[in-house]
Amino acid sequence: MTATVPLQAYLILSAALFTIGVIGVLIRRNALIIFMAIELMLNAVNLSFVAFSRFLDSMDGQVIVFFVMAVAAAEVALGLAIIIALYRNKESVNVDEINLLRG
Amino acid sequence: MEWVVFIPLAAMALATAVSVVLLRNPIYCALSLIGTFFALSGLYLLLQAQFIAMVQVIIYAGAIMVLFLFVIMLLDLGHEPSPWPRRDRPRLLLSVVLVLLLLLELTVAIRPGISKAIRGPYTSAVVDAVGNTQLVGRLLFTDFLIPFEITSIILLIAIIGAMVLARRHLG
Repeated sequence: MTATVPLQAYLILSAALFTIGVIGVLIRRNALIIFMAIELMLNAVNLSFVAFSRFLDSMDGQVIVFFVMAVAAAEVALGLAIIIALYRNKESVNVDEINLLRG
Repeated sequence: MEWVVFIPLAAMALATAVSVVLLRNPIYCALSLIGTFFALSGLYLLLQAQFIAMVQVIIYAGAIMVLFLFVIMLLDLGHEPSPWPRRDRPRLLLSVVLVLLLLLELTVAIRPGISKAIRGPYTSAVVDAVGNTQLVGRLLFTDFLIPFEITSIILLIAIIGAMVLARRHLG
């Protein structure tokens, strides 16, 4: 059975989602929402992995997506812990106000 | 026929993704992101990746977003100032232009397709006969055994790191 929706449709959707994620990282100043935009970018890449996996009759893409999800879970746990620690110190999650490393 | 499923799901994914970036209340952003994850899960079902679709709902929409919502409610973020201060206009314009260039480049890059690529053994018929979850599981415990074990170490380190970082008294 051949799919009626071509691979390119999935890839264009994936590119659009990735671009929206990049816009989120660039224009938002709230660290939590920047994190959500990063999750969006990870998901966009996952979509192209699964699409390639389907259209190339290979299973590897889906296994990689599984690993990406595990790493994303670890990343979110650590990132949110860092945000909580920052909030305790600065009373803010605005990335413009986080300048502890400035000389 | 597949377009009937694909177009609403793609539209939902795009709309909720845009609202993640544009909405001001972080709670609404998190709920929109859950919508994106569900739409992507539907697309994974359309791509015959049932295992990934279920894991997407359970891990992303379940575990990760609950963590996000928990942190948003733990930190008092109700009164966020406007995300687009007036003085940032030139920088915003520049980033939007750069991002549109990125989108253009991605679209041009994916246009040729995969006609010359090497195909694997897992055709639709094979996946239907054996089952998607069985195939993923078999690969995880054969070809990808070492990455799989390393993933468990990464998760363990993340648990310890998160506990150390979020502890009330550092040092």
